[in-house]
Amino acid sequence: MTRYLTQRLISLIPMMIGVSILVFAAIRLVPGDLITAQLGTEAGMLSEEQRQSLEAFYGLDKSPIEQYFIWMQDVLTGNLGLSVRQGQPVLELILSRFPITLELAILSVIIAVLIGIPLGILAAIYSNSFVDVLSRIIAMIGLSVPNFLLGTLIIYVLSVYFRILPNSGNYVSLMEDPLQNFQQIIFPAITLGTSFSASVMRMTRSSMLEVLNEDYIRTARSKGLIEFFIIRRHALKNALIPVVTLIGIEFGYLLGGTFIVEQIFAIPGIGRLTVNAITQRDYALVQGVTLFIAINFVLINLLVDALYTAIDPRVRYDG
Amino acid sequence: MKKLGLLILSASLLLMSIGIGSAQDNTLIMARAVDATGLDPHTQTAFASLRLLELVYEPLVTTDQDLNLAPALATAWEFSEDGLALTFTLREGVTFHDGSAFTAEDVIASFERILDPEVASAAATNYASIESMEAPDDLTVVFNLSVPDVPILSAMASTNAVILSSDVIANDDPSLVTVGTGPFTLDNWTPDDTTTLSANENWWGDGPSIDGIEIRIIPDEASILAALRAGTVDFALLNDPLIATLLVDDPNIVLNRTPTLSYNVLQLRAAVEPLDQLEVRQAISCAIDRQQVVDTAALGEGQVTGPLTMASFALPTEDLFCYEQDIERAQELMNAAGLADGFTLEVILANAEPPVATSIAQNLQAQLEAINITVEIEALEFGTYVDRWLAGDFTAAVALNGGRTDPYTMYSRYWQNDARFQETAGYIDDTLNDLMVAGQTETDPDARYEIFSEFQTHITEVSPWIWLYAGFSYTAHQPYVTGWTPNASDSIYFLSSVELDK
Repeated sequence: MTRYLTQRLISLIPMMIGVSILVFAAIRLVPGDLITAQLGTEAGMLSEEQRQSLEAFYGLDKSPIEQYFIWMQDVLTGNLGLSVRQGQPVLELILSRFPITLELAILSVIIAVLIGIPLGILAAIYSNSFVDVLSRIIAMIGLSVPNFLLGTLIIYVLSVYFRILPNSGNYVSLMEDPLQNFQQIIFPAITLGTSFSASVMRMTRSSMLEVLNEDYIRTARSKGLIEFFIIRRHALKNALIPVVTLIGIEFGYLLGGTFIVEQIFAIPGIGRLTVNAITQRDYALVQGVTLFIAINFVLINLLVDALYTAIDPRVRYDG
Repeated sequence: MKKLGLLILSASLLLMSIGIGSAQDNTLIMARAVDATGLDPHTQTAFASLRLLELVYEPLVTTDQDLNLAPALATAWEFSEDGLALTFTLREGVTFHDGSAFTAEDVIASFERILDPEVASAAATNYASIESMEAPDDLTVVFNLSVPDVPILSAMASTNAVILSSDVIANDDPSLVTVGTGPFTLDNWTPDDTTTLSANENWWGDGPSIDGIEIRIIPDEASILAALRAGTVDFALLNDPLIATLLVDDPNIVLNRTPTLSYNVLQLRAAVEPLDQLEVRQAISCAIDRQQVVDTAALGEGQVTGPLTMASFALPTEDLFCYEQDIERAQELMNAAGLADGFTLEVILANAEPPVATSIAQNLQAQLEAINITVEIEALEFGTYVDRWLAGDFTAAVALNGGRTDPYTMYSRYWQNDARFQETAGYIDDTLNDLMVAGQTETDPDARYEIFSEFQTHITEVSPWIWLYAGFSYTAHQPYVTGWTPNASDSIYFLSSVELDK
């Protein structure tokens, strides 16, 4: 297990280099440079001399390859550079936004699991019954209603019928005021969680159905075990593996920021940081955030792999 | 199922437990969708940045509600007889937020900074005629100009020409240290989240009577609307007419509309075939019912406009070329150009910038079909759009261009020989150039009015661009916010006179 983990961690290095080159090139290939992104059409009012001094200031006067190596050198010493807009260190910005996104992601996954897994189990046990049909309809709706619609509907109902809106651009962190923070984060989490719960439910149902048809379940039943124990002890554990994979991947995505939900609910998370950085061509910030998200994604997948061994002891990585 | 029921129950309990989050009662909670992109007033060009910085910094002169010049840090100003020297008398007893006194030295240091190529202020061209500056005493500044330059005065009524402390310029980075003279001091800026400002107790003007302003960024304007209705914000800036119109009949929210100086326009590049033919451009102008563009694309939220949007110079639109739709004449012009069967016109626009850009283009597409012009719309990401727009890499463009209080400052960038935006304009003739040169140097107001009247009739006749309409900018607030008068320049400087009675 340790050897496996070490191998996986080492394989992170070439991957990170690949990601860094890709993102470095991609953001520079997008038409519109940093200066036009900052000044808009007024960039055209700059004299040649003014433009050159700006390019020198942002290091754009050097060749892209030179820029890449300068950046890489800084990254290796733990310096992700400065955001053009705020003059703030990129790492500091990421670390200030990440807890918000992390909290939102965890809460959404909890909601998805709380709704999706029980419904999935019920649908599998009573397959083709009324419960099954109903949960499948709910899942279909959950999957097909886009987040922006659900989010907007929630906001509309809250503000028009209840005359409240927990987050009106005054986001407070968990540390500052846990109660208010919870009130602000719960609705976006519901928005994200309910749509994700649909896929969790479907995955749980199909995986559970498969397991329930296995021979060992039949054996357990013929031994006269109580159905509840069969499902809990024998079926569920085995059925959960694909569900855990699904949750892991989704969690990784959620940590990359959920731009639309952050936008609608005015939550200053990683998603908005990234999208704003891209529209403003804030090169250092885009590069830093992307690296950070990529590392997160890989680490979470690693964690999921490690979790398999806990859920299913048959899964072994060494030997 | 039990768990689901529990969840619904706890959610409804939660709903009941949430109260209206209220900050200090005398702080104005303001919402807007877009945050500032930086804090250096001399280099920031984004409207979102200017709306913040104009609360903190002040120029020598400003504009009042009707766009007339009004004193700010200068109490009086005067051009010399030959128009080559502009003298300002500075306000006495003004202090910066750090307590230091405001003097002529700060004015000179600020303009030296604006004109410094290293600083790269895009507004510097507006002050390019400044040859030297001198301070006969602490409260007098003389700008010596290379040419008589009347519009420089109104160009100074801009956040890009605010006065910074000479001390900060010498020792600090003004993009990080915000020491101004304005009615509010900037306490904290958390980008994309909250900005807090407190009232400047030592401000020279009357007020502010509120304790401060908390600016919250709510990126989705529909959510701003929701926040207004829920009563969690006091005041909001809105851009999207589709959102603003939802507030028209709301008895609990006050909606203010102000005509903007900026204008929506169909830019034709006369450098490209077949737009190089005068008849083709005129045909397009005659074929378009501008009011229909306003009614369909912007739900009637705007006013048909000619090239000049400031009331002091704008001619009535009926005096301009073909402002009354005339399809027959348009078809005749197309026939005369040998294009009776029409042609395909490629139009670029920036996605959602402004929000109505696509609707405008689609309406023009429908209208131009009448004279067999097939409009092909290409919607671009804003950065890409700006690049191609600046390079003149397009045939036609739907644009929302910014306005200025002075017609010269507004258009000399396009319609003058060697102007910076000549490629974008795609057209120039001697008349336009001569009118611009005369408009800069003429000191007599009546003669200037004549010059720019001729500019309007001439340019609409040669039709390089088809001016469509000027939209509104919107502010919305709770009824307990009093004393707010929207400014035609969009500035929110006068939030200094707002009162709150929550």
